[in-house]
Amino acid sequence: MRKLSIAVLALLLAAAPAAAVEPDEMLADPVLEQRAQELGKELRCLVCQNQSIEESNAELARDLRILLRQRLVAGDSDEEAKAWLVDRYGDYVLLNPPFKPATYVLWLGPLALAGIAGTAGVAYLRRRGRSVAEPPPPLSAAEQARLDAWRAQRGEPT
Amino acid sequence: MIVELGHYALVLALFVALFQAVVPLVGAGRGDLRWMNAAGPAALVQFLLVGASYAALTWAYVVSDFSVLNVAENSHSTKPLFYKISGVWANHEGSLLLWVLILAAFGWAVAAFGRNLRTGLRARVLAVQAMIAVGFAAFILFTSNPFLRVGRPPLDGNDLNPLLQDIGLVLHPPFLYLGYVGFSIAFSFAIAALLEGRVDAAWARWVRPWTLAAWVFLTAGIALGSWWAYYELGWGGWWYWDPVENASFMPWLAGTALLHSAIVVEKRETLKSWTILLAIVAFSLSLLGTFLVRSGVLTSVHAFATDPTRGTFILLLLVATVGGSLTLFARRAQAVSGGGLFAPVSREGGLVLNNVIMSAAAATVLLGTLYPLFVDVFGGGKISVGPPFFNASFLPMMVPLVLVMALGPLLAWKRGDLSGALQRLTVAGVTALIAAFVGIWLSADADAAWAALGLGLAAWLGVGTLTDLAERVRLFRAPPAETLRRLARLPGGTWGMATAHFGLAVVILGITGASLWQVEKIETMRIGESVAVADYRFTLDAVRDGTGPNYTTTQATFTVTRDGAAVAVLEPEKRVYTVRGQPTSEAAIQSSLVGDLYAVIGDPDEKGGWTVRLYWKPLVGMLWLGSVLLGLGGLLSLADRRFRIGAPVRTAVPAGARRV
Repeated sequence: MRKLSIAVLALLLAAAPAAAVEPDEMLADPVLEQRAQELGKELRCLVCQNQSIEESNAELARDLRILLRQRLVAGDSDEEAKAWLVDRYGDYVLLNPPFKPATYVLWLGPLALAGIAGTAGVAYLRRRGRSVAEPPPPLSAAEQARLDAWRAQRGEPT
Repeated sequence: MIVELGHYALVLALFVALFQAVVPLVGAGRGDLRWMNAAGPAALVQFLLVGASYAALTWAYVVSDFSVLNVAENSHSTKPLFYKISGVWANHEGSLLLWVLILAAFGWAVAAFGRNLRTGLRARVLAVQAMIAVGFAAFILFTSNPFLRVGRPPLDGNDLNPLLQDIGLVLHPPFLYLGYVGFSIAFSFAIAALLEGRVDAAWARWVRPWTLAAWVFLTAGIALGSWWAYYELGWGGWWYWDPVENASFMPWLAGTALLHSAIVVEKRETLKSWTILLAIVAFSLSLLGTFLVRSGVLTSVHAFATDPTRGTFILLLLVATVGGSLTLFARRAQAVSGGGLFAPVSREGGLVLNNVIMSAAAATVLLGTLYPLFVDVFGGGKISVGPPFFNASFLPMMVPLVLVMALGPLLAWKRGDLSGALQRLTVAGVTALIAAFVGIWLSADADAAWAALGLGLAAWLGVGTLTDLAERVRLFRAPPAETLRRLARLPGGTWGMATAHFGLAVVILGITGASLWQVEKIETMRIGESVAVADYRFTLDAVRDGTGPNYTTTQATFTVTRDGAAVAVLEPEKRVYTVRGQPTSEAAIQSSLVGDLYAVIGDPDEKGGWTVRLYWKPLVGMLWLGSVLLGLGGLLSLADRRFRIGAPVRTAVPAGARRV
């Protein structure tokens, strides 16, 4: 367990330094290279702790970057290139999870949470505000007399 | 021997904490003054014992006692003294000991500074504090003991991961823990209030400064971590929506909500039960953060399942704390509810809206962080939830938040004048529109909408906050002398709010610039060659080899010119730490208010060239400046006079002298 936890700690704290995309991997066509870099940011380096292949210097990330560029050069659209990778590595490779039954809760959750919080907030504000709208009842004669007396005592005009 | 004494001191601390958790609580229940008053001395003794224990471990690091397993695995005789001392908390066991030390220190501080607290409340707060200490001390002693010896000590240690041998990461964990553990005070006060069935303005005045202090520490801790990632990881990223980052961000969101709702409790004696719930949630999320990072569950559910001792222990601790406190809340919340009425459009209304959005945002981050775990546990396979999800779900929630942030402070308590407030924000609105157009003009088509939104929001919030300040001192509407007099009299809380809100505007500016307008060049360069990056030209002058205390280094020298004039010399390094053979990259950064020049040196190729990464990162400095303003705002609020005086205690009204 100790060995494991050290490995875990190292992974957690030490996203691999430097490197990522190397000049020799880059495509000559700047438009295609730009597309590859944008796509790479949405693809997970599978052996890393939450890094995209664009950011990681792991061997696997490098291989994936080269594969991705090969697909783009071969004429794949962004979607086709992603689908090609998902076929081989599963949904895990996508940092942007696809919308499907297993992720309905994930994608609809924030909307539901915002809705619930908003509704609860509005309901609370309504309840709190119900009787503020009406002015407070006027002072009774006795209260007014005591207020006047107090003000007179302080030398204020009544 | 010293190490064994440290070990023993921790065992004693556990028993003192047990005593402190039970006796004062029972005393408070029975109204026994002597039993209640035992809490204070117990807190002091507990603090001294944990302190001795921590000092003993530090000693083992300083003298490089490699017969202690923890030292052997995380230190090395050639490591600089500074990193030997900080190395104590750069590993699992030592960092938990630091956690307990901070907990004990805060407990002692409540005992020492809380003499004017009601005796019963003080006893209960300290007892709850001690319960947490029992849990964590037991966790260390039974599953993560840093004092264990090895049979055959190695000649030298494994060294500390070189990425951690850095000032940013030296300070990052202690600040995070000060934040996490700081929320334990709010939690203890919340539980004590539930036990007492009583929450009043005096209670809020106690909870707010502690929450503020914790929030300032947590803000600093998160900013330090982000800054570290920026300069150490080699491509200048500063936020990844990594589960470990989210783990500290969730308590921050809940803590921010708590900070604002506690204002309402203090000023208007309403939102009480909600504030209590937030205090419980903020600390629970802090515990969850510790659990997520420490159990290994994030890397793999299966790693957790194969050796679950630690994970199960923290999980039980978490379930006991969260479950126990929420059950108590469900049973007792009614007793502390109630309070003043207010219209939806009012200062209270604005603060409620803050709470609504902050809660939804924290819950969203929680959902995204834990979702892959749930899918995996329930057999749905492995999925990734990365930055695209958080950007799509979290950022939209921040838009209404920022819109209301400028408006809320201009509304009066109880019933605000919406059209009046909006009228006063005309200048902010116009500035925001201009800023949005500037954003569109500065950006490529694909980014234009984001740039307009980012700059517009930053301007709206920044100018709106200044408008509020100007209103309060009647700038240009009263004679200058009157304005100055009002300025001098503004309470610390007002300065704090204005500074922090303005700080967020600055952070938004930084996020916008750093995300949208970065220019990156990744090239192979030979000595003497130069590359244009945005308006700058980087020339590679030299590459030299050298050695440091425990590493070898390759250092490059770049001269950066703009329009032919030299503006900077950048000397990035690539280091290899000898003991672990691990490379790190030390980026060279020249910062200014407009942006950072950022250079990284990589590997050589066979033909005499070097891989280099050169960046122009506009407005990145605003992220750190804004974070500093956020923290400074917290400190200014903390310095507010009313926290030193405390709330007036309602005394019984003498008969015949009924209040008017």
